[in-house]
Amino acid sequence: MGLFDKLKQGLGKTRESIKGAVDSVFVAFNNIGEDLYEELEEALIFADLGAETAIALTNELRENVKTKRISEPEEAKKELYNIISEALSGDCSLNLSGKPAVIMVIGVNGVGKTTSIGKMTALLQSKGKKVILAAADTFRAAAIDQLAIWADRNNVTMIRHEEGSDPAAVVFDACAAAKSRNADVLICDTAGRLHNKKNLMQELEKIYRVIKRELPESSLEVLLALDATTGQNAVNQAEMFKETADITGIVLTKLDGTAKGGIVINIKKKLNIPVKFIGVGEGIEDLQEFDPEAFAKALLE
Amino acid sequence: MAFESLGEKLQQTFKKLKGHGKVSEKDIKEAMREIKMALLEADVNFKVVKSFENAVKEKALGSEVMESLTPGQQIIKIVRDELTALMGGENSKLTVSPKPPTVIMMVGLQGAGKTTTTGKLATYLKKQGKKPLLVACDVYRPAAVKQLEVVAGQCGAGFFSKPGSNKPVEIAKEAVKKCDLSIYDTVIIDTAGRLHIDEELMGELVAIKEAVEPDEILLVVDAMTGQDAVNVAESFNNQLDITGVVLAKMDSDTRGGAALSVRAVTGKPIKFAASGEKMDDLEQFYPDRMASRILGLGDVLSLIDRAEEAMDIKKAEELEKKLREASFNLNDFLDQMEQMKKMGPMENILGMLPGINTKALQGASIDEKQMERTAAIIKSMTKKERENSSIINASRKRRIAAGSGTDVKDVNVLLNNYENMKKMIKQMTGNKMMKKFGKKFPFGM
Repeated sequence: MGLFDKLKQGLGKTRESIKGAVDSVFVAFNNIGEDLYEELEEALIFADLGAETAIALTNELRENVKTKRISEPEEAKKELYNIISEALSGDCSLNLSGKPAVIMVIGVNGVGKTTSIGKMTALLQSKGKKVILAAADTFRAAAIDQLAIWADRNNVTMIRHEEGSDPAAVVFDACAAAKSRNADVLICDTAGRLHNKKNLMQELEKIYRVIKRELPESSLEVLLALDATTGQNAVNQAEMFKETADITGIVLTKLDGTAKGGIVINIKKKLNIPVKFIGVGEGIEDLQEFDPEAFAKALLE
Repeated sequence: MAFESLGEKLQQTFKKLKGHGKVSEKDIKEAMREIKMALLEADVNFKVVKSFENAVKEKALGSEVMESLTPGQQIIKIVRDELTALMGGENSKLTVSPKPPTVIMMVGLQGAGKTTTTGKLATYLKKQGKKPLLVACDVYRPAAVKQLEVVAGQCGAGFFSKPGSNKPVEIAKEAVKKCDLSIYDTVIIDTAGRLHIDEELMGELVAIKEAVEPDEILLVVDAMTGQDAVNVAESFNNQLDITGVVLAKMDSDTRGGAALSVRAVTGKPIKFAASGEKMDDLEQFYPDRMASRILGLGDVLSLIDRAEEAMDIKKAEELEKKLREASFNLNDFLDQMEQMKKMGPMENILGMLPGINTKALQGASIDEKQMERTAAIIKSMTKKERENSSIINASRKRRIAAGSGTDVKDVNVLLNNYENMKKMIKQMTGNKMMKKFGKKFPFGM
């Protein structure tokens, strides 16, 4: 199965729900009137784009319909698809320059950081990269064991300390280990934390600083794991995590449910953070590199 | 904290209304538009917003409002009442089985917070004198069983698992069947996170339900969930006929519209709100208080609840006496801080008070580590020093700093704060006196 098919399959539910809503809108109106825009707005709100963005996007569509003299609802639909795919476009590839390249995965509790790392490790290994893991979630019960199982599955080394120890110290050791073992990529797992907890964000900043200091030559990808079921709060998450560590991309998880994950459009517009990976299942192969066009296409096609 | 931003938004809307004197139909329309936008931005499901909007409009457009002297207040009341009605009307308690053990089943999506909430629920039940046994039925996620075992240890509850078994139905059945009633009276079954559209895994939950006939099936929902909350809640409820909802991660800054959505589509009560990293961060959910909080009226009642639980009444009385006598020393200062700690994070407490702007709070957020440091400093003082801080000279300061692992600078800051507080207390008690004698002194002070 090609990447595109797999993506489409994974997004099946997502696509169907949005497509269903959008299609019914376009079928219901054969002329482009205010009712059409209003219904479109609703469809976008259902996709978690939020009222503000939904209005902004339909306004943009309204403008384009006027300037491009679009008269058929079917063409208006294509135009909306263009608008969304354009909003999502950006550099979605991973920067893995320098040896070891570093990936740090951050996010609130329960979004799927550890699982994503497990899958990401498999993906990078399949590209011939030597990966090493750092178990820097020393807070949550059994989080280290959880990552250890993923390390076993992928047959890679994992650096760990005891539960309750300083996560920055784990990362410090992991940086040294990655250098001495000549790893291509070091992936750091971190504890889930709510973005509005000041002390926990300070802890994260410390981890970030340690990586910057210990591996100054390495590229550093800071990936924010984001649960696709999250609503408007995702923007707050992105904003506040970005203040702590310079986020370079998003891993949009749990897209295999009925949630649409439309909030990434807001984040891209507001903070210019691109999505780099999407999670579409629980299997080790269910993490895919993000392709904005395919995503938008699968979403609204 | 949840909902505050929505409260702020609505407050702004009503400020506009207040300024107009008399409310026109156009004003109400505008207010409704803003309420609708605020609710949508708060992640309340679109359909739920629509029905809410209609209900409020109907009532607000009545002549009662137009003739009312304070139309703003009238609309606040209508909106608040509708929010309260939508979230359940009144608080609903946990069912206890007449024939032990009471069986509680925890269900939800991946990462909603089931296992952590299970631990918090056990802690909550233990406080009420119950004896919970936690059962590990998540045989899928790596290290999930281990996680629950650690959580059980943390909250002092029993733990049951069946190493090697990958059959959750059997594990649950055996746990309930073999439950030693002389040790446990409540069985909490932690199940694996699953998608509501995963037929096979949803079938497994139905099978567990049939096998153990739980008294409660609690759906754990992430308070930050968006529009999808209705789909999730509807599916779980349709297949399992849940008995209630637990809102997790309420300590995030989400506006928490999911609470409204979930309640509206399932008709099931929200029984608990979980907030915080500690095992005792679980509260009963009070829709009326929550609705007041939405409107920016604060959640004073919830605060009182916490205070009652944490504050030692006798100590509070002693403190009050000392305040009145202005003999408040560093020991009392330490005591007071420890009482506060029991009530939970300062931000949570302050967020519950009316008139506190959460945004302003964020900048001035209280550092709990700082509180610990302060406690360490006071604990490094001698009895005499604590009773009479004026004897603390430079050499004593150096000793105290060394003893508490801080700097003399920190000791100075603490002493300054303490002196300021003493001054404040004096002023407070002084004011009381002024009020008492206010009539005798017509010119004031």
